Amino acid sequence: MAEVFVFATLNGLVTGLLLFMLASGLTLIFSMMGVLNFAHASFYMLGAYFAYTLSTYIGFWGGLLIAPLIVGCIGAAIERYGLRRVHQSGHVAELVFTFGLAFLIEEAVQFFWGRDTKNYQSPELFDFALFSLFGQEFSAYRGFMIAIACLIFAGLYFILTRSRVGIIIQASISHPQTVANLGHNVPLIFMCVFGVGTALAGVAGVIAGPVLTTFPGMATVLGSIVFVVVVIGGLGSLPGALIASLLVGLLQSYAIAADVGMPELLNLFGVSFDSSHPLDDLWTLNLPQIAPVLPYLLLVLVLIFKPTGLMGNREQ
Amino acid sequence: MKKQLPVWLGFALALIVLPQIFDSVLGISILNQMTIWIIFALSYNMLLGQGGMLSFGHAVYFGLGGFMSVHALNLIADEIIVFSITLIPLVGGAVGLIAAVFIGSFSTRKSGTVFAMISLGIGELIVASSLIFADFFGGEAGVTGDRTYGPPFFGIEFLQDAEVYYLGAFWLFVATLFMYLFTQTPAGRMANAVRDNPERAEFIGYSTRRVRFISFCAAGLFAGVAGGLFAINYEFITEENLNALTSGRVLLMAYIGGLGFFIGPIVGAVILTLMNSLLSNYSEMWMLYLGIMFLLTVLFLPRGFAGFIMMHQTAWQNHRLGMLILPYLITAIPLSLFLAGFVGLIELSHKGDDILPFFGLSLGADSMLSWGVLLTLAGTGALGVKLSRPRLNAAWAAANTVAKDADGDAQ
Amino acid sequence: MSLNRSLYHSQAKKNRLASQHSLRKIASATIGAVACAFSLTAVNAQEPIRLGFMDPLSGTFASVGTSGLNVLEFAADYFYNSKGGILGGRMIEIVPLDNKQSPTETQLQFRRAVSEELRIIFQGNSSAVANTLNQTIAKHNRRNAGQEVLQINYAAVDPILTNEECSFWHFRFDAHAIMKLDVLTDFMAMNDELSSVYIIGQDYSFGQVVAENTIRLLGEKRPDIEIVGNEFHPIGQVKDFTPYVTKIASSGADAVVTGNFGADMVSLARSIIDSGLDVPIYTFYAAYDGITATLGADGKDRIRLIHTDRANPLASDERREFYRAFKAKHPDSDITQSRLANALMMVVQAMEQAQSTDPYDIAVQLEDMRFTSIAGDELWMRGEDHQLFQPLYISKQTDEGIEFDADNSGFGLFTEYEVSTDETITDHSCRMRRPRR
Repeated sequence: MAEVFVFATLNGLVTGLLLFMLASGLTLIFSMMGVLNFAHASFYMLGAYFAYTLSTYIGFWGGLLIAPLIVGCIGAAIERYGLRRVHQSGHVAELVFTFGLAFLIEEAVQFFWGRDTKNYQSPELFDFALFSLFGQEFSAYRGFMIAIACLIFAGLYFILTRSRVGIIIQASISHPQTVANLGHNVPLIFMCVFGVGTALAGVAGVIAGPVLTTFPGMATVLGSIVFVVVVIGGLGSLPGALIASLLVGLLQSYAIAADVGMPELLNLFGVSFDSSHPLDDLWTLNLPQIAPVLPYLLLVLVLIFKPTGLMGNREQ
Repeated sequence: MKKQLPVWLGFALALIVLPQIFDSVLGISILNQMTIWIIFALSYNMLLGQGGMLSFGHAVYFGLGGFMSVHALNLIADEIIVFSITLIPLVGGAVGLIAAVFIGSFSTRKSGTVFAMISLGIGELIVASSLIFADFFGGEAGVTGDRTYGPPFFGIEFLQDAEVYYLGAFWLFVATLFMYLFTQTPAGRMANAVRDNPERAEFIGYSTRRVRFISFCAAGLFAGVAGGLFAINYEFITEENLNALTSGRVLLMAYIGGLGFFIGPIVGAVILTLMNSLLSNYSEMWMLYLGIMFLLTVLFLPRGFAGFIMMHQTAWQNHRLGMLILPYLITAIPLSLFLAGFVGLIELSHKGDDILPFFGLSLGADSMLSWGVLLTLAGTGALGVKLSRPRLNAAWAAANTVAKDADGDAQ
Repeated sequence: MSLNRSLYHSQAKKNRLASQHSLRKIASATIGAVACAFSLTAVNAQEPIRLGFMDPLSGTFASVGTSGLNVLEFAADYFYNSKGGILGGRMIEIVPLDNKQSPTETQLQFRRAVSEELRIIFQGNSSAVANTLNQTIAKHNRRNAGQEVLQINYAAVDPILTNEECSFWHFRFDAHAIMKLDVLTDFMAMNDELSSVYIIGQDYSFGQVVAENTIRLLGEKRPDIEIVGNEFHPIGQVKDFTPYVTKIASSGADAVVTGNFGADMVSLARSIIDSGLDVPIYTFYAAYDGITATLGADGKDRIRLIHTDRANPLASDERREFYRAFKAKHPDSDITQSRLANALMMVVQAMEQAQSTDPYDIAVQLEDMRFTSIAGDELWMRGEDHQLFQPLYISKQTDEGIEFDADNSGFGLFTEYEVSTDETITDHSCRMRRPRR
């Protein structure tokens, strides 16, 4: 029992922190420009694919260094030549643009890399077990993932709140006109923030690619859950994104690990139904079955009772 | 309304005449698809274009209406409840309405991003539960029915797709009429007001929440009608018709067609249905082209294709439309050359060892000549477009200037 | 049309030369006549036999569909078109119908097939799609006598297609899930060291069939084997299988059984291997399309598959030649489903026997047909339920003794257990309604 709990917590932590790497970029972009970037998970996918190709030439570490830069540049270019134009047509236009972009990136990836699963391996440096508990190993690579994610959070938080650049960025979020009047190049700031946001997604792709398999559908699998996390945490709040990611990751992990369901709940009340009951599907439901759907349930509940998210403070 | 009578008559006429022109099995099938998607897209526009509510889960009402309709078909076939299948879209509509009332009760409190995200969450929840509750939703194989076991409608048993088309066309006409009339009612007008300025609407005494709720329910109703038509046409439905992808498709249809116009979604539905059905038969890369087209439309035609057509309104009123024909042609020719070259390049790079038949030529991926031909084609096309732009801009400016008569007043 | 044009030309020529030398007149007339004759024969004898191939050719599942299309087209060329065609010189043309793995799109593509007069459709990926197609075809055939369509199912293994939902117009060329599980559980039962099994699968009809029947069959053959887990997860939704693997590990299972395919299969296998669990994984679809390459050395001696058509060592030289020729044309692909070649050959044989391309005639010939594949397998299409019986094999992933690898990775499947056709025969509950002709 204890081993299941320990590993479930560890697994939840890893999933949560991975989600955070993605959500951090998305919430940054949203707080900056008010645009929900549907293509965010696609940049994650691009990061993984670029890293895969680079790793065949210069190894994993070269990929980790260079792939996010490439993705960031692509993101910045898209902001400069695409999003900026669309911005004047309103929020729906921006949304549809990023929607089409997500589509296009997925197709382009299949065009350039093919449709099969890619053999992207984690570096041999981490090919050992960090520790072994109750007969199950916890690979060092996962420990590495946790470390990187924490580093990113610390770095982002520090830059945004303590450095000069961060102050300017935060000011541009709430008072872009004033910042422009003070002589700062606000469009350049926007472009850089978008680039950094997408580069973060790229980093997530580089790190997660070996673990979550690199294949053309990897963006769709994670796409909507990242949105859920960002909204639950509160649009624009970095700590909120962290808390929400961890919450979602741990919730899913515990739900899968817990072998309980409706039968146990009904037993508590001394009720039972036989298999020919019309709602039989409901009575035989168990928690692991619905685990991947729990985040959406949480989303709806949060939005009903606290529409600005757990730590959000922007009123739309 | 009287001024628009010829438009409605023309619409009805087109609906009757089209299947005579496109009478192949494929043609009728595409027309049937259009009847379904037009109603669906129009219902979505009630939410987005007219109400300003962006929803990512509109397919839920379409799907639920469809599922109930297929079950109704089965009930008719088993002779438990018997009524003509021509009324099935009403069943779909009723279910869509009930679902919208239930979900709208808590989701229409706020608009904007919150509303959009709730709709996303609800959509995903319902898709997930559709796979869990296999008794009603039939698991991933869905539910099937048979439309030919109902009582005949004036002798027609709906064995053929062409017969179903006329039923679909009838419901399309009725649904479009009612959706248009809704925009003319106070509820429809207030939806516009709430979209543009919710604060002011509240000031003059309207509850924005109530207004949104009414729009939401109406949209759900018509989406359910579309779902019912789907059930009759295909005699089956799966969880795929509830999911986010279907919601995304109808969003794109409404947007590409043009959100600000009533006919926008109609145009969008027609275009996307054609692309979806025909394009994939000619090229494996059709999704790539679709993605590029979306992006270009969003970048250059933010008001959609209907918006593009409507842009010519001033020129039409000035009777200067003729001025634009020649510049359009001059731009269109290099543009088509560029497109041909571009498409050829994409297709060729994906052909591998096979030959690409290209307007009578056979191009191979290993031949430098083939690549050269395509690149020159694309290059000259792009250059031609760039050179012809100033002329087009000048003609456009001229066509849109209001002509002045001898006294200097506008004519 | 060339016919009219050649006629016109010969006529004009005749007129112009009418006043000239008679020899020239005769010569030009002869030339014109011969040209007409050529175009006439060209129109008649070379009309190709068109077969539809419906599978996802774009989108996330495209790799499976495309590899199937490659195999079918290649088989048509290799066996028939390169040797002059069939039925008196007619070439076989495969028409791809991209259904994007969507039941709705399947309906639309079906209507397109009917529009283009394709009377035979090969389909395999996704049992949901196969079901939809089965019912759509049944309705269409019932309502349009004389325009019937035949469904050649080469890979959809949901048992109901040849049981409750069986249809005269549907033929299945793959062993269905229960047949495969029967052989798999026999193999597992032979292993005395096996004492506990964990079942995990996608939460839909196929995954549920795998779970139910594994439990039932193992219970009959080795009641001492404990089923320590029966897990369902939503299809295509799980990003990281580590939480599930935690449960597998803590259950102490000796083996894992799963019907997962695609990304779910790779993720699951990866997670199991990464966590250091050294247990064999019994699967249906854990090879090819990049999966073998991704699992690589980690999957060696662990991944086991139940499948048709023997893997390494290949059973006959003819089969080897076929593989080599395919690899020469498609160096980056593998023959993942040679059942397609078998199905094509049996359909062609039916056409030759009936001297007709009419679906009803072909169906009648296919029933109870016995056929020997190029690999020497004995195939029998049972007429009562239109289910094909063939030898089944269990192979493991390894790099030893591999002549033909998968994904050009050096690793491939090595067959260690085989079961003959007769031993795979199972009962059915099909009540087929035969059309009246």
